[in-house]
Amino acid sequence: MKTLLEGKVGIVTGSARGIGAMISQFFVECGATVYANDRNIEKMHEWIETLDKDLQKNVKPIEFDITNSDEVRKEIMKIKQESGKIDFLVNNAGIEFNELIGMISKSNMEKMFQVNVFGTIEMLQTVSRIMGRQENGGSIVNISSMVGLRGNKGQLVYSATKGAVIALTKSAAKELAPKKIRVNSIAPGLTKTDMMDAADLEKLQNRINNICMGRIAVPKDIAKACAFFVSDLSEYVSGQVLAVDGCTIM
Amino acid sequence: MSNLEKYQKIFMDLFQVEKEELNESFSFAGEERWDSVTHLSLIAELEDTFGIMFETDDILNYGSYLNGINILKKYGVEF
Repeated sequence: MKTLLEGKVGIVTGSARGIGAMISQFFVECGATVYANDRNIEKMHEWIETLDKDLQKNVKPIEFDITNSDEVRKEIMKIKQESGKIDFLVNNAGIEFNELIGMISKSNMEKMFQVNVFGTIEMLQTVSRIMGRQENGGSIVNISSMVGLRGNKGQLVYSATKGAVIALTKSAAKELAPKKIRVNSIAPGLTKTDMMDAADLEKLQNRINNICMGRIAVPKDIAKACAFFVSDLSEYVSGQVLAVDGCTIM
Repeated sequence: MSNLEKYQKIFMDLFQVEKEELNESFSFAGEERWDSVTHLSLIAELEDTFGIMFETDDILNYGSYLNGINILKKYGVEF
């Protein structure tokens, strides 16, 4: 594993915590250099401090808002100038508000589409312009969700944004394949993050009962699947959505 | 090579034209060889040559040889 991503340079958005932080950590453990993006740079530095010193040097924190076109363009350009290339992009940044139909706030709906869909497109569009000029193209991984594939009560808007991520992944894969840019998506199932600590344990157990493997995912499960898509092991794979859900019955 | 010469060379190589043909009428609308595919190649060449990254609106509005010079000036390219 230590050399799986050796020499590769790329970006992981929403890296200050949870799944994004673990993806970044696992990637540097596999030999990559990661430009770890988040809006919360203080949280990011706290996380980087927890890493081994050897790994810290390969994590480069970058603070920008993926919904701000100017910031995205300028920061991507800086990365290109500094590293000379961008081999991968993991579009992980996302926000989630769960609201029942009839109680959906327009403001939250707009925020979710801004970050989960428009921000993802902004990053994909900008980074693919760099990758398209590289001899070896690149790999883009969009983090979607099982609810984007199957839906879930209380998550109408969130599932719609993640369904959009799945659809845009497939279209981008077709358009970018001639430029050797692969675009795939990971659809995590129920995953243990900090936010879950506040969850209702009884309801949580009911959901775990639907997971054939008998446990919820941990962020490293998602990170490993991302590493496959970013690595050359998947060089002939594009336009795919990989469920990382422990074989869940929904 | 000056920036103007670099700019002209990109057009001459991409569209296979002589320098004398590069004037105010050389545009997306008036030049058959300037299609959407060539347009993206032009943008890529300009970005690589001048070390910039265009805003999407500027890519869409980059409709002529002369207008392009004004757009490039916005990014600090001096002519």
